[in-house]
Amino acid sequence: MIKPPDGSRIVVGMSGGVDSSAAAALLKDQGYDVIGVMLRLWSDSETENRCCAPDAQLEARRIAAQLEIPFYVIDSQEAFYQAVVQPFIDGYAGGSTPNPCLNCNRQIRWKFLRSRAKALGAEYIATGHYAQIEISENGSCLLLKNPDPDKDQSYFLHVLTQEDLSQTVFPLAEYTKPDVRQLARDFGLAVADRPDSQDLCFVGQENYRDFLRKIDPSILKPGPIIDLNGKILGEHQGLADYTIGQRKGLGIAAPEPYYVIKKDLAGNALIIGFKNELGRSNFHVKDINWISGKGPNDSINADIKIRYKSKEVSGKILPLDNNLAKIDLEYSVPDITPGQAAVFYQGQICLGGGTIMREAL
Amino acid sequence: MKRIYLDYAATTPVDERVIDAMVPYFKEHFGNPSSIHGFGQAGEKALDESRRDIAAHLGAAPSEIVFTSCGSESDNLAVRGTALARQVKLGYNHILISPIEHPAVQSTVDQLSVLHGFEVSYLPLDKFGQVDPEEFKNLLRKDTALVSIMAANNEIGTINDLREIAIICRERGVPIHTDAVQYAAHHKIDVTQMGVDLISLGAHKFYGPKGVGALYVRSGTDLLPTQTGGSQEFGLRAATENIPLIVGMAEAFRLIQDEGVDRLERLVPLRNRIIDFVLDKIPSSRLTGAEPGNRLPNHTSFVFENLDGNLLIQVLDSEGFACSSGSACKTGDPKPSSVLTRLGYSSEWALGSLRVTLGKDTSSEEVDQFLNILPECVHRVREIS
Repeated sequence: MIKPPDGSRIVVGMSGGVDSSAAAALLKDQGYDVIGVMLRLWSDSETENRCCAPDAQLEARRIAAQLEIPFYVIDSQEAFYQAVVQPFIDGYAGGSTPNPCLNCNRQIRWKFLRSRAKALGAEYIATGHYAQIEISENGSCLLLKNPDPDKDQSYFLHVLTQEDLSQTVFPLAEYTKPDVRQLARDFGLAVADRPDSQDLCFVGQENYRDFLRKIDPSILKPGPIIDLNGKILGEHQGLADYTIGQRKGLGIAAPEPYYVIKKDLAGNALIIGFKNELGRSNFHVKDINWISGKGPNDSINADIKIRYKSKEVSGKILPLDNNLAKIDLEYSVPDITPGQAAVFYQGQICLGGGTIMREAL
Repeated sequence: MKRIYLDYAATTPVDERVIDAMVPYFKEHFGNPSSIHGFGQAGEKALDESRRDIAAHLGAAPSEIVFTSCGSESDNLAVRGTALARQVKLGYNHILISPIEHPAVQSTVDQLSVLHGFEVSYLPLDKFGQVDPEEFKNLLRKDTALVSIMAANNEIGTINDLREIAIICRERGVPIHTDAVQYAAHHKIDVTQMGVDLISLGAHKFYGPKGVGALYVRSGTDLLPTQTGGSQEFGLRAATENIPLIVGMAEAFRLIQDEGVDRLERLVPLRNRIIDFVLDKIPSSRLTGAEPGNRLPNHTSFVFENLDGNLLIQVLDSEGFACSSGSACKTGDPKPSSVLTRLGYSSEWALGSLRVTLGKDTSSEEVDQFLNILPECVHRVREIS
C-alpha cells in the first residue's frame, strides 16, 4: 500500500457512490488533507454523462460536505472527447470493439486528474478502485488484485505507469464490497449503493449502436453475412453491431446456432459459423503496458484475461518487442475480440496488458 | 490553513452590531405588527422605525420604502409590477434595459416578453459596460412601459451614472428602475439626485442578514403587487413582515451612512493595488469593466487569456483564498459569461475570468498574501489549461 506522508494533501476522485465515498472517508479519517474532485466528462448533447450526472454530483457534494472536505467539479469534456470518445468511434470504424474505460483510466482518470491534483497542491490521487499497490523490494510499484475475484478491478488498471502508481492510493485495497458497505455505515455515510452499470457512460440512454449511427452513419454499412466458405447467408446492418462470439440477433435460421466468428473489414462481411468453428488459442497484442515499465526478454508463462468478466486462461507470452507480443493460450477461447484488452497475471500480480489485434502477424 | 475571503460582492458576514440589533426581535419582541395587542405594537414600532431610518438616509418618504425578501425580489416587484401596471393602464408594451442586467431583471423581462407580449430593446454599451444617454434617447419609445439599468454591475464593477438618463425619463414620463444592490453597499444614495423611480436594495451585500431587501418606489409610480394577500407594505407585498431581518437591514444601512466614507477611503487604495499589480505582473491579463474611477470601490475583475477560470478559483481555494468569476460554475460545464461576451471578449479570454472583491475588514496584509500567490497560481493553471 502506498502510504503518503502524514497530513499530505490527496485528491480523491468521487463519483457519489459508496466506493469512492468510503475511500474519501478512510483517508480523511487517517488525517490526510482530502479534496474531493469529480471530473465533468463529455456526453452526447442531449444526455448527461452517467459518471457526472446531476444526481451523482449532488450525492458527491453531499458526502464531501458531510466529511467536511472541499469538493470541486473540474471540466474535462474536451480532453475526454479527444482521449476517449474519438478513439472509440475510430475503433468501431476500424472494425474493432474498443474498451473506452481503458483510455479513460490512462488519459483522464490518471493523467488528466493527476495534473489537476498537482495544481491543487496534491502529489497523490486516490480512487475507490478494488485493487492494491505494493512496493517491491527494488522500490518499484506492483499492481495486485483485490482478493475478491468478483470485485477485482485490476483489469481496468493495467494501463497505469510506474509514475501513476507511485502517486496513487487505493484505500479500498483489500476490502470486500460488504466491508465497504459496513465502512460507509460506520462513517455514517448514507450512500445509495447504485448498481455498477456496464453501459458506456457517455452515450446516455441510447445504446452504442444508435450513438455511432448518429455520429457517423458511414461506420455502419449494410453488408453480407457469410459462412467460412464464403456462402452468403443474409445481410447485416453494420459490422459495429456485432461482437466476436455473439450468438443472438443474427437472424439466420439454422438447425444449430450460428456465432460471429470474425469480421472481414475489406469485404464488409460478417463471418459466422457453428460453435466448433469458433475460438482461437493464439493472437497478437499491441500497445502493451508493462506495469514494471519493461517487458520480459524471453517468453513467460502467465494467466491471461481477455475480458473484464472472463476467466483467466493459462498461456505463454512471447514478446516481439517491448509493446508487442504473441499470446498462446493453453486452449481455444470463443470470444477473443480485437480492440479489447488482454491482461496478464502471475498469481495476484498484474503484469500489464495490451490490445488484442485483429489480424495475426 | 487560514482562509481569506475575497468574495464580498457575493455576500458579506453580518456585522456584530447588526446581530445585536436583531436579537431582541427574535425573542421578546416577536409580535406580528398586524396584531392589535402590545406584542404586535412593539413589532409595528420596529417596522416603522426601520422604514423611517432607511427612507431618511435615501432622502425618501417612509411610504416609499417597501420591504422585500431580497434584492432579486425587489427587482421582480419593480420590473414585473411596473411593466404590468402600465400595460394594463396604458397599453404600453415596450421595455428598455441594458444587456448586462442581473438575472433577476433579465429573466423577469424574458418572462414578461413571452407571457405578456412585451417587446424588449437593449441599450448599446461601451467597452466598459456603460450606457450612453444619447443612444438611450434614440431607443426610448412612446410606448415604453419601463426602463431598467443597473447602478453597478456585480460582475465587472462598472458604475452607471443614471442622472442624465433619469432626467430624460422624467421628461418623457417613463418610469426607470435601477438594481442598486451592489452600488448601495458602498455609496450613499439620494433619490432626488439619482432621479430614478425604483431602486432595489439587498441587505446581505452590506453586512446585513440574508433574506431581506427593499424597494424604493417613488410616490405616484404605477406598480402592481407581485405577491398578493394581506395589505402589508402598502398592499404591494403580502407577507407577515420579517421584523428581525428588517431591523437588521436598517441597522446595516445606518452603518454604511456612518462609516461608508471611511470604508471607501480604505478600500480604494487596496483595490487599486490589486489592479496595478495584476496588470503589471501577470502576462496576458486585462481588467474587465470600468477604470478605477468608475467602478465599485471594492471591486476588481480580470480576464486571463487561455486559462480555465473555474480551475483557477479551485486552485486559489485550495491555497486558502475565496474568489469568484463571471463564468463560475459548480457543475464543471463553464460557459463564457454573457456579460463579458456582450462586451466583446472572445471565449479564449472570457472563460478565464476572476473577480476579487474586498470587504470592510480586508487587511492590507491579506491583499499582500493574495498578490504573493496569484501570479504563480495563474501560471500553474495556465500550464494545464
